Amino acid sequence: MTTGPAFHAARWNEPLLMELSEPGARGIVPPAADPAIARAAGDVLARLPAGARRAAPPALPEVAQHRIVRHFTRLSQMTMGFDVTTDMMGTCTMKYSPKVHDHVARDHRVADIHPLQDESTIQGLLAVLYGFNRMMCAIAGMDEFTFQPASGAQGIYTNACLIRAYHEARGELGQRNEIITTAFSHPADAATPAVAGFRVITLMPGEMGYPEVDALKTALSPRTAGLMLTNPEDTGQFNPKIRTFVDLVHKAGGLCAYDQANGNPLLGIARAGDAGFDLCQFNLHKTFSAPHGSVGLGCAAVGVKEPLRRFLPRPVVAFDGKRYRLEHDRPHAIDKIRAFLGNVPTVLKAYAWVMSLGAEGLRAVAETAVLNNNYLLDKVRAIPGVAIPWPANTAPKLEQVRYSWQPLYEETGVATHEIEQRLVDYGVQHYMTSHVPVLVPQPFTIEPGESLTVDELDRMAEALAAIAQEARTDPELVKSGPHRASITPIDASIPDDPACWAFTWRALQRKRARWDAPDRKRKERSHAGY
Amino acid sequence: MSAGKGFVHPYVPNAAPGPRARMLAALGRKDVEELYAAIPPPLRFKGRLDLPPPLPGEHDLRQHLEGLLRQNRSAQDLLVFRGAGCAPHWVPALCDEIAGRGEFLTAYAGGTYSDHGKNQALFEFQSMLGELVGLEVVSAPTYDYGAAADSAVLMACRLTGRKGVLVPAFLARDRLSQMRGFVKPVATLAEVAQDPATGLLDLGDLKRKLGHDVAAVYVENPGYLGGIETQVPAIAKLVHAAGALLVVGVDPLSLGVLAAPGEQGADIVVGDIQPLGIHMYAGGGQAGFIACRDEERFVAELPTTLISAAPAQGGGLGFGSSTHERTSYDKRHAATDYYGTTQWLWGIAAAVYLGLLGPKGLAEVGLGVMQRARYAAERLAGVKGLQVPSLAGSFFKEFVVDVAGAGRTPAAVNEDLLDAGIVGGKDLTGEFPGLGQAMLVCVTEAHGKAEIDALVDAVKESCR
Repeated sequence: MTTGPAFHAARWNEPLLMELSEPGARGIVPPAADPAIARAAGDVLARLPAGARRAAPPALPEVAQHRIVRHFTRLSQMTMGFDVTTDMMGTCTMKYSPKVHDHVARDHRVADIHPLQDESTIQGLLAVLYGFNRMMCAIAGMDEFTFQPASGAQGIYTNACLIRAYHEARGELGQRNEIITTAFSHPADAATPAVAGFRVITLMPGEMGYPEVDALKTALSPRTAGLMLTNPEDTGQFNPKIRTFVDLVHKAGGLCAYDQANGNPLLGIARAGDAGFDLCQFNLHKTFSAPHGSVGLGCAAVGVKEPLRRFLPRPVVAFDGKRYRLEHDRPHAIDKIRAFLGNVPTVLKAYAWVMSLGAEGLRAVAETAVLNNNYLLDKVRAIPGVAIPWPANTAPKLEQVRYSWQPLYEETGVATHEIEQRLVDYGVQHYMTSHVPVLVPQPFTIEPGESLTVDELDRMAEALAAIAQEARTDPELVKSGPHRASITPIDASIPDDPACWAFTWRALQRKRARWDAPDRKRKERSHAGY
Repeated sequence: MSAGKGFVHPYVPNAAPGPRARMLAALGRKDVEELYAAIPPPLRFKGRLDLPPPLPGEHDLRQHLEGLLRQNRSAQDLLVFRGAGCAPHWVPALCDEIAGRGEFLTAYAGGTYSDHGKNQALFEFQSMLGELVGLEVVSAPTYDYGAAADSAVLMACRLTGRKGVLVPAFLARDRLSQMRGFVKPVATLAEVAQDPATGLLDLGDLKRKLGHDVAAVYVENPGYLGGIETQVPAIAKLVHAAGALLVVGVDPLSLGVLAAPGEQGADIVVGDIQPLGIHMYAGGGQAGFIACRDEERFVAELPTTLISAAPAQGGGLGFGSSTHERTSYDKRHAATDYYGTTQWLWGIAAAVYLGLLGPKGLAEVGLGVMQRARYAAERLAGVKGLQVPSLAGSFFKEFVVDVAGAGRTPAAVNEDLLDAGIVGGKDLTGEFPGLGQAMLVCVTEAHGKAEIDALVDAVKESCR
C-alpha cells in the first residue's frame, strides 16, 4: 500500500449552473395556460400594484436541457453515496437501501397522493402506517408510535415535548424543569430538551467510558423531568447499569426516553420497553434502511408506553378491523411537530425492509452489525498509532467504536481530520471524527453496519493502516491531501470568515474579490465536514 | 439464529454461515452471543419478535406492497384541487431522474471532498433561491415551511432581545400549532387581523399591536387562503419603525412574477419548496428554507447548515460547511434551536427545477397559475349560490369558495366531487368557522382547462 491508492474520483471541474447560462436558452417548456383561460382571466398581473410585481425576472440560469442533465449527473458522480462506495461514518448507520423500495415509493400511488385526501382514497398508505406502527411496537416493546418527526433530532425533540406535556398535565412542569443526558449521547439529546425549555444536565463518562450510577444520583432531584440518552452511546459502549438509571429516574418522578439512534445492534436483542423506558425513538433512515437522501428525507419513529399515548401529535392512524382512519380529535396531543403525516415514503421503505427480513432477519442484522464491528476493531486495534479509549472497559463494543489517533498524532503530527480527508483518496467515504464534546483526543468513529462484505471491511482497515504508514514516511502527503478527490484542497477558512463566506451566487460575485485580500483574517479549521 | 446455522439474505452477506464462521474464528469467539456480554441477561429480549412472516423474495415483497398501494387513488386517478400547504404540481422528468440517482439518494454526511457534487448542488439550490427571494444568505433545506418559520421568528427574538411574535389571523392552524409548540418556552404569539376576503393585513391592527416587545412580524405572501399581500413594503416600514424584524413566508413558485421579498424590506424569508419539482408524497414532499441578509449577526442565529463556496488550490470552486459552532451539534445544552437530517434530496430536486425553468419559465408558470386560479374562481363564482370572496383581491394558486348560499357544506360538496373522481378544496369550517361554509380550492399549472371545467361542472351539479 505504500505506493498509494489506485483510485481517482471523477473530477469534472464542473462550472456552476449560473456560469453555464446563455441568454435565451431554454431548459424546458412549462405547461401553458389555455388561450381561453388567459383571455378570460384578463391581465392578472395588472391588478397588482407595481410594488407587488416583480420588476425583472429572477436571474436564474438559462441552460439547454441536455447540459442540465450532464451538469447534475456529473455532480452526482462526484458524490460518495453508499451505492458507490463503502461508507462507515460513525453514528450514521450507513447501510444498503434496497432499490426495490425506491421503485415502489416512486409509484404514483405514493408520489402523487395529497396528504389531506379522503381516508377512503388512501387506505393502502394508512395500512402501511398502521401496520408499521404495530411492527415497531413489537420491535421496541412500546404501545404506540408516531412517524411524524422528519429526522432523528426532530424525533428526540418530540420526546422532549412529550415529557413536557406529561409533567404539564400533572401540574408539575414548573417544578420539573431539568433533563439529564450524557456526554456521549447524540448532541440532540442535550439540544432539543433545551429548545423545549428544559435546563439540561450532562453526565460525564467514568473510567468505563459511560457515566456511573453515582453521577446520576448527584444529578437527580425533585426538579428532574426526565432522562434522555443513547445506549450504546456514540462510542459503541453499552451502559450495563441502564436499568438502575431508569429505576432511579422513575423513583425521582422523571420519565426515561431512549434515543435509539444507535439501535441497529439491538434489533431482536434488547427492547426499550423491557428496560423500563417510557419513550423512545428510532431513525428509519438509519437502522431501518431508508436511504439517507444526501441528508434527508429522514424519519423518526417515536414510541411511547400507554400513559403517554394520549400526548402523541395528531393525527394517529386507527383501525376498526375494516377501515383505517386518521384520528384528529386528540385533546391532549402535543402541538404539531411536522406538516401532515411526516415523511410517508420513508415509512414505506422501512416497512418494506422489515417485511423482507422478518424477526430472524432483524436479529441477523443486529448480530452481523456487531460481528462486523468487532472484526474491524480487531484489525484497527493492530494498526500502530491507534488507541482504544477506556482500556478498563474490556467488554466487546456493539455497533461502532470511537477510536483515537492520539499516539500517531504525537509521533507524526498528523491529525485525525487530515487522515479523514486522505481516506477519500482511497476511494471510500471519509469517517466521522466525533460530536462535541471532543473528549477523546484525535478521535475517529467507525460504524461498519451489517451490509458490507468481509473484503470491504478488510479494505477499510488496510486503507487506515496505509495512511498511518504514510503519516510516518511522508506526513506532508497526508496533510496536503486529498489528492485524488473530486476537488483539490480548498481554503477552508473562507466559509468561516464573514467577509468572505458566500452562500449564494450573488454573494459570491460580490465577495470573491475579498478572498485574496492580504488583510483577511485566517483561522485554523479542525474539521472540513459536518 | 444460533452460532453455526447462519442466515442467508442478500442484505446481510456476513450473516451467512461461511463468512460468519470465518469472522468468529478470526476473533477467537465461538458464538456471536459472546459479543453481547455488555448487556445484562435481564435486559435481553427472549424469544422472537412478533412480526409478520417475512417476504425475502423481491417479487413477493413487491406484490405485497403494490397490493396495498392499489387501495390508494392518486392524483393520476383523481383530479386533485386540494392544496393547503401541499399541492399537485407538474414535476419535470429530470427532477425525478436526478433525485433518483443512487449517488445522491444514498449519500449522507460526507464533506468537502467526498461529497463535492452534493455540496455544489446544494450551493446552487441556495443560490437560485437567493435570486428568487432577493437575499444573499439561504440555508440548506429545513424540515418544512412551518419549521422554517419557527426558526425564523425565534431568530428575530434573539436578534432583537424581545419576545413578541405577531402572526396573521388566517395562518394555517397546523402551522400555528407547530409555531405555538416550538416558541412557547421563549416567546408569545398574537394574531393580527386580516381582511377575510382579500387576506390583506389590517395595518391599523398591526400598528396597535406593534408594541415595544414585538420581535417579529410574520406575514405570508401569498397567505394561507391564497391572497397576495400587496402591502409588504408598507408593513416593512411599520415593523422596522417599531424596532422589530419582518419575516415573510412565500410560495417560491410565485416569485417569477411577484416581487422579491428581500427587495420589499423583509429581513428573513421562509417557505416550502415542494412546488419546485417535488411530488406530494402524502406530505413527504415538503421541505423548507430560510433566507436572510448577509450580516454576521443574522448568520450567527441561523440554526441550519450553510454551504459556502471556497477557492480550491487547483482552481475552481469547492464547498465547505460554515460556522458549525452555530448549530445544535456544537451547542448541545446551550442550543436555542436544533437541526438534523432535513430533506436535502428535495433541495437537489428544486435546484434541477429552477435550473430547467430559468427566468422565463418561472415567470410563465407563475403567470399561468394566477390565470388558471382566476379563471377557476370566476367560473365557480358563476355557480348559483356560491360566493368567492377572494375575487375581491389578487390571489396565487388558492382561493376561498363559500358554498353556504347553495345550502351546502364543503363536506357534502366534497363527497359528491369524490364520487365524480375529484378531490375538492380543503374544508375550512373546522379551521376558520367565521368564514362560513368555506373551502380552499387549489389550482396549479398542472390543471388544464378541461380539468378546471370538470371541477366547475361537478360543483354545479353538487350545488343544484
